Formats: sequence, structure tokens, C-alpha cells
Amino acid sequence: MSKLSLKQTLKDLDTKKISIRELNQDYLKRIKEKENLNVFIHFSEENVLKQIDKLEKDDSPKKLKGIPIAIKDLFCTKSMPTTAASKILKNFNPTYESFVTQKLLDEGSIFVGKTNLDEFAMGSATNTSFFGNTINPLSKEDEPLAPGGSSGGSAAAVAADLCLGATGTDTGGSIRQPASFCGVVGIKPTYGLCSRWGIAAFASSLDQAGIFSHNVEDASILLQSIAGFDQRDSTSAKVDIPNYFENLDDDLNGKTVGIPKEYSIDGIPMEISQIWEDAIKILEKKGVKIKNISLPHTKYALPTYYIIAPAEASSNLARYDGVKYGFRSDEIDSLDEMYENTRAQGFGREVKRRILIGTYVLSAGYYDAYYLKAQKVRKLISDDFNKAFKECDFIVTPTAPSAAFPLNEKQNDPIKMYLNDVFTVPASLAGLPGISIPFGEDKNNLPLGIQILGKHFDEQQVFNVATSLERSYE
Amino acid sequence: MNNLIKGEKHDWEMVIGLEIHAQVKSNSKLFSSSSTKFGSSPNSQVSLVDAAMPGMLPVINKYCVEQAVKTGVGLKAKINNYSVFDRKNYFYADLPQGYQISQYKYPIVGEGKVTIDFKDGTSKDIRIVRLHLEQDAGKSLHDQNPSKTYVDLNRSGVALMEIVSEPDIRTPEEAGMYISKIRSILMYLDTCDGNMQEGSLRADVNISVRKPGDEYGTRCEIKNLNSIKFIKQAINYEAKRQIEILESGGSIEQNTMLFNTSTGKTRPMRNKEEAHDYRYFPDPDLLPLEISEEEIGKIKLTIPDLPDELKNKFIETYRLSNYDASVLTAEKQTSDYFNETIDSDLELKNHAKIVVNWITSELFSLLNKNNLDLNNSPVSPKNLAQLIKLISTNEISGKIAKDVLEDMFSSGKTARQIVDEKGLQQVTDQDEIEKVIDEVIAENPKMVEQYFAGKDKLLGFFVGQAMKLTKGKANPKMLNDILKLKLIKKN
Repeated sequence: MSKLSLKQTLKDLDTKKISIRELNQDYLKRIKEKENLNVFIHFSEENVLKQIDKLEKDDSPKKLKGIPIAIKDLFCTKSMPTTAASKILKNFNPTYESFVTQKLLDEGSIFVGKTNLDEFAMGSATNTSFFGNTINPLSKEDEPLAPGGSSGGSAAAVAADLCLGATGTDTGGSIRQPASFCGVVGIKPTYGLCSRWGIAAFASSLDQAGIFSHNVEDASILLQSIAGFDQRDSTSAKVDIPNYFENLDDDLNGKTVGIPKEYSIDGIPMEISQIWEDAIKILEKKGVKIKNISLPHTKYALPTYYIIAPAEASSNLARYDGVKYGFRSDEIDSLDEMYENTRAQGFGREVKRRILIGTYVLSAGYYDAYYLKAQKVRKLISDDFNKAFKECDFIVTPTAPSAAFPLNEKQNDPIKMYLNDVFTVPASLAGLPGISIPFGEDKNNLPLGIQILGKHFDEQQVFNVATSLERSYE
Repeated sequence: MNNLIKGEKHDWEMVIGLEIHAQVKSNSKLFSSSSTKFGSSPNSQVSLVDAAMPGMLPVINKYCVEQAVKTGVGLKAKINNYSVFDRKNYFYADLPQGYQISQYKYPIVGEGKVTIDFKDGTSKDIRIVRLHLEQDAGKSLHDQNPSKTYVDLNRSGVALMEIVSEPDIRTPEEAGMYISKIRSILMYLDTCDGNMQEGSLRADVNISVRKPGDEYGTRCEIKNLNSIKFIKQAINYEAKRQIEILESGGSIEQNTMLFNTSTGKTRPMRNKEEAHDYRYFPDPDLLPLEISEEEIGKIKLTIPDLPDELKNKFIETYRLSNYDASVLTAEKQTSDYFNETIDSDLELKNHAKIVVNWITSELFSLLNKNNLDLNNSPVSPKNLAQLIKLISTNEISGKIAKDVLEDMFSSGKTARQIVDEKGLQQVTDQDEIEKVIDEVIAENPKMVEQYFAGKDKLLGFFVGQAMKLTKGKANPKMLNDILKLKLIKKN
């Protein structure tokens, strides 16, 4: 399977080596062949053909003209339904286009479909979706593997070459971990780089849109397209967006990498420690200074995350009540019953679990002990990074504590599932940019990922390190 | 003043605090650009944000923030440079987000005070605890369909200022005066239209009773009262209810009450155990609100004269009494009308007291009779000024002027027009008045005799007769003076 890169495809389209129609028909064909992976919640060939027709009549130059992109089904889109993988939004058709998808449309990209995810992005295996599991394209026939989550559908779409790039959202690792599991590149930019407008909210202070792609260059092209200030999102940042791709520079000579000792945890597979060491060695060869750093509050990151994210989610998901749109239970005799039955029937187990946790930690008498304390710890974690970044330019760690696991593993053990986010959550709490790139394999030839974290809004540095590691690994 | 009320067994004192919800005067909502116009067709002013569609985010309306700061300044309150929007979580059909965005721990405005003036010239300060910004909810309509409830989201997201007082109020009258004063200040500031009927200003009343000198008793909160009359009624009823319970040996349950406007009674809505746990937490969709001293300073420059300052100004400039000045300044439209009247003729500045009287007694009573107010008065300030000028220059008498005003009110003509058309000019010609007096004296010899015999009161009879003959147009002072002279001469 030789996958075309976005960069190469843009050239081929430009030189008319291939037409927009030919290109997309190729992807349509593969999408239909790979239906068994359950990558898409919504896919309509007709819709894709319509977009091709429209673009063929459009003479204006566009940066991503004709490029097939898959959209995580958490982004509201006018031309396709938006479900958040939940029964409660099963038949929801937004009348508006999210900031991020609008930008991609403005650049002329083609949306091939809406990808599967964990319900409301709550999960690490794309197994809490109302629309069923997505299967990792790298699975062997006899043992289906999880693609990671929550953006498992988008990661799988790129891995199976069903598109040239995909959008994801990352709250605690939902882009980086599935990227690692599926052997693709996934970047979560700095909190505030991409507007959250039009993305169904999970945890507002953590949610951030990002990109999956075949390689770092492609990611740098696509991220530039979806980033930017939006006055409709009060947490959106007013920063200049550089041309990441043009500025890519793999010369890291004289830079300093931070290696956090707290990320060496017990029980982590040997291969993962190995690739981490390999990465450090490559960097050293490139003239990068190695600096051992300490992020002392790392061990509190997971519990902190699992208080703050559910707290916000419990409030964010209150709007799904059966009153205005989406699913409403038939069995209702009173207002209370409408709420109870609509939400009992409309939400899945994991979403309900998190709503309960979130409601609990915000309750009178528990607020100070849980939510308030978690906010304080979050600040400490953030301070850890700020201190560390005084001594180094970027930080390198593994992305996830394991390679892709079998589909049904951990299904009934939420705590084990939550541990998947151990390396990704701290940067989420600190709002830092992070990328996962494929880096080595485990003993079963499953891909592993290396995570590169940068300073706030220093996506360029993250891309530079990523591209440098990527090139030397190849 | 004795503020105590008599129970069967003791005297009791009411302890009252108010939470006033004032709709911010603004064209658009607190976190969306939808219109706030009153009375539009249901759900015609609802944006994606107001309807809480997935992925929609609130964006603060700067103008509403400025209005809140302005109000804070008007309430002589501390403006907080840092405030935070929190989510107040609860489920209701007309609350689309499932939470109300409000301010909990860090309100935009802190402690302030409002002065209320009593008729006897004394006054009292009511302390303000805080003012915060919050969203209004939508409206559930239960009476449109036998089996359904309809929801109108036009009001959903409209900006409210909640103004919380300390429990400094001791009588229903004080409560009424307090809310009137707040209303007046907000209207002077133009931060709320003050329209209680349309719900732009409503109050929750916290009330408890105690024996004088005791600690505060357990309070009940009466929700959502939208007239001063209802506020007083509700307080009176609720205080009586609590006193009866306490005097018969019971204790007060901390309840939230509803007031039935047709029966005049309160009834419990929910008790303390049933109270919501609102799970307040900072809204992660919004950044903390930061206002610099410089911005506050700019807003301060836009603050007009407020009732208390204006009152003092009137007392000083026009030598009005405290009472007259406070009547004039109680409502912005009254002081505006007064100012316009007095500004339309320089000479009237020396007759301010007459202007006040004509506005607050004659014009007010005509307006009242016709269910109008100063804003839609058929008599403009300029025309009233002209009428008063005619009085002050002795062109017409005060008595005639009352008729002229009525005529102006109904016909829309100016005082000048009416006086000219009807020939109502005062008779000030010495000869003419003498002639009339001579006539009266000649026609009433008996009365004249009695007057000389010592019945001084008869002077009034002669005045009346002479007035009658001049159709009320004789200058009263001249008439009196000449009459007295003539009756002495006769002697």
C-alpha cells in the first residue's frame, strides 16, 4: 500500500497529472472496500460527487482544492448530519458549519464523511460509540484491534488511506493516542489555536481541534488551514499563524530536549522504553542537548483530569434534554420523566458514568475537596511545564503506554482504560501543543508513537522536531 | 418612627432584604447578538447560542458590562476589576443550556448603598451587598394547549442585573421606597427601562420577623414579584403568617414561597431540603472579566446627575423645599420636564416654586385623570412655561390659568392662543375695576351697612361679586386693594 502524501497530491493536481475526480474516486473506492472497519458514521458517495461537481466548476485557486478530508463527527457540518456518536443526536442536522470545517471548505477540500468516535469524545478506544466500534486498519484478521480514541475513526481513516487528512479533537489525548495506535501523525495544537465554535463540547477548558495525516509535512499544511482567531470563541487566541510548512526546519543543532523522569513508569512495555531511548539518541546525534527534567506533579495529572473533564462535561451535556433537538424518549408523562428517560435512553454507559462523576465533584460539600483542588493541581502541573521550558526547547516522551490493544480488552475496566491517557493528559491540562508521530514497533509489529511537546503556540518547534525525527527514522 | 407590628402576644419587627432583577437596557442579549425587543412573536429572537445548539459558545456583550458598571457607580458601589462568570446548573424546559450563566463568587459590583427619604424629612441608607450580571431564562407557556407546554426563548439570554440588599429594610413601605429609588436611579442612568409590568424590574423578597433586639429569625423568600403593590401585600401577608406561627409556638421553615396575586396569599414552593444544588463552577467558555480603572473612569464620565444630586441642585439653585425637590427628582421624566419648562424662559427661574406647583399638582392631576404620564403629556414643557409666564406677569389670574390649562390639555392649543381667543386677559385697569366696585357697593347697601357695623368677613362677598361681574378676570390684588380703600372712604 503506497500512500500518496497530501504534499505530493497537491503537486499532482497542480500539474494536472491527476484530476480532482480521479483522485477522489480512488478514495471512494477504498472507502467502500473498507466498510468493515466502521470508520464512518456518515458516508455518502453522492455527497462526495456533488462536491467534486462543484469544485470542477470553480476556477478560483484554493490551497486544498479537491483534497479528500475526513471529519470527526463532533464537528457540526451543514452538509452532513452530526451525531457526536450518540443516540441523543442520532438525527441531528446542524444549520451551521463549525469554524474548523468552514476553513477547510473555504480552502476547497472535499469532505468524504464523518468519522466514528467515542460517544461525545469520551473514551480511548472508539468503543463507546452508539454506532459501534471502529476497527484499527492494522488489525490482523483473527484479532481486531482498537484504533484508540476518542478520534479513532479519523485515525483509522488516515491509516487505511481513506483520505489525505482528517480532523480530530483532543481533550486528554484523543488525537495523539489514536495516532499512535494507528501509526499516523496526529497533532493537538495549543489550547486556543483553533476555534471551538461548532464543535460539540466535551470539556471546554481542554477541548482542542487538531489534525491527522500521513506525515508531518502534511500535518503542518493542514494545521495552518484550520488555525486562527475567532471572535465567536472567547478562548480563541489572537496569535499570528505562521506558514508551518514553509518554515519547517529539521536542523535541531543547539536545541535542548527535556526528558521528564516522571514519564518512566512501572509496567511500561520494554519496546516503548526502547523507542524513547532511540529517539533521544537520534536527537543527540543531531546536536540536541539532552536535559533531564522533572515534572513533579505528573502523577496527579490523571486524577485531576478525571475530575475537571467530567465536571465540565456534566454541565456541557445538560443541553441534551429532549426539549429542543435530538432524541426524545416516547415514555414521558411529566417534565422530569422527559429528562430522565430521554437522557437514560439517549446516553451510553461511559457518558452517563462521566456525567455522574462530574455532578458529584461539583456538588455542595464536595466541590472544594475535588473540583477546587483539581483546579489548583492543574495550575501546579502547568507551572511544572513552565519551569521545565526555561531549561529546554521541547519535551519528548512516549505517546501511549502500549500499542493498540484488542477490541474488547479493557471494555469493562474504566480505570485501566483511563490509564491510556497517562502521557497525553498532562500537556492537555497545561494547554500545550503536542504531536504524536509513528516511531518503531512493538514485538507484534504494531506501531508505537513518540510524543513531542512544545511551548504555548510554538507549534513550529513541535513540527520541526517531528519532521527531523521522522526523516531520520525513515 | 415605630416600625413594630402588633401580634397577639408581642410586638414584632420585620427584617427584609430584596434581590432585585433588573433587565439591562441593551439592544442585544448578554452573550449573543439576538434582539431583546419586548412583545415580539415567540421564538423570533433566538440565536443558535440562545437555543444552546451543540458547539455554540457565549461571547460577552461589552455594552451590558458597561451598563452594569454604570449602575454600580450609580449605587455608589465598589466596581470589581476582576469578576467571573459561573454556571448555575439546573434543568428546566425554558433553560436551553441546562445552566444559567451568572456570577457567583466574584460579582462585577460589590458593596454600595441607596438612600431612601421619608416624608418627615428624615432618610435612611439601605446597604447593597452586590450586583452581578446573569442571563434570563426563556418562558414556559402552560396555557396554550391542554396537554403540552410551549417554550418561548425570546427572553432566553437577556441580560439581567441582580441587585442584592442587606436585610436593612424594616417595613413594607421602606421596601416600596427602596425599590422605587433603585428604579429611579436605573432610569436616570438609562441602564434599565424600569418597566415593572413588562417584567424589566422584578424582585425576590427575603423576610423574617423577630422580637425587637433579638437575632434574625428564619427567613422565607418570596419569588418574582413584579409590582410595588404586590411586594407590600406579600410582605404584609408573609409577616403575619410568620408571626401567627411563632406566637402559637411553631417555628418557621426556611421555604421559598410564591405569591398569588389574586388571593394576596403566599404559599410554599419548595423547602430547604428540596432546594437545588446548583453546582456553580466557573464557566470554562468565558474568560474572567477584567475591567481597568481607566475603563471605569471613562464610564464614570457618562454618568448623569442622579436623583440625590439633582435634588440638592434644585434646592440650591431654585431654593425649593426638600419635599418639592424630592417629588421633582423621584422620576427622571419629572425632573426632565421641570428642567425643560424652566429652561424655556429665563424669567421662570425666579418662579421655580410656581413651576413645581403647576407640574406636580395641576398637570399631574390632569394626567392622572386621563391615564397619561409626562412622557405623553399633551401639554409640552414649552407651553406650560408660556402659561406660567402669563400668570407671573399678571396677564391672567391663577384661577383662570387652571381653566386655560384644561383647555390646553384637551385642545392642544397654546396658552396664548386660548387667552387671546377667549379674551381672558386680566383686568388691570384701575378705572375699570373702580367702576365695577362702585356698582357692587351701590347694589348692596345692606351689606355695606353690615360691613361697617363690624362684619369684616363680608369683604369676601364684595370681592366675589366684583369678580363675577368681571368674569373672574379682575386682578385679585388690585380688586382687594381698591375695595378696601373704597369701603374706608365711605366711612
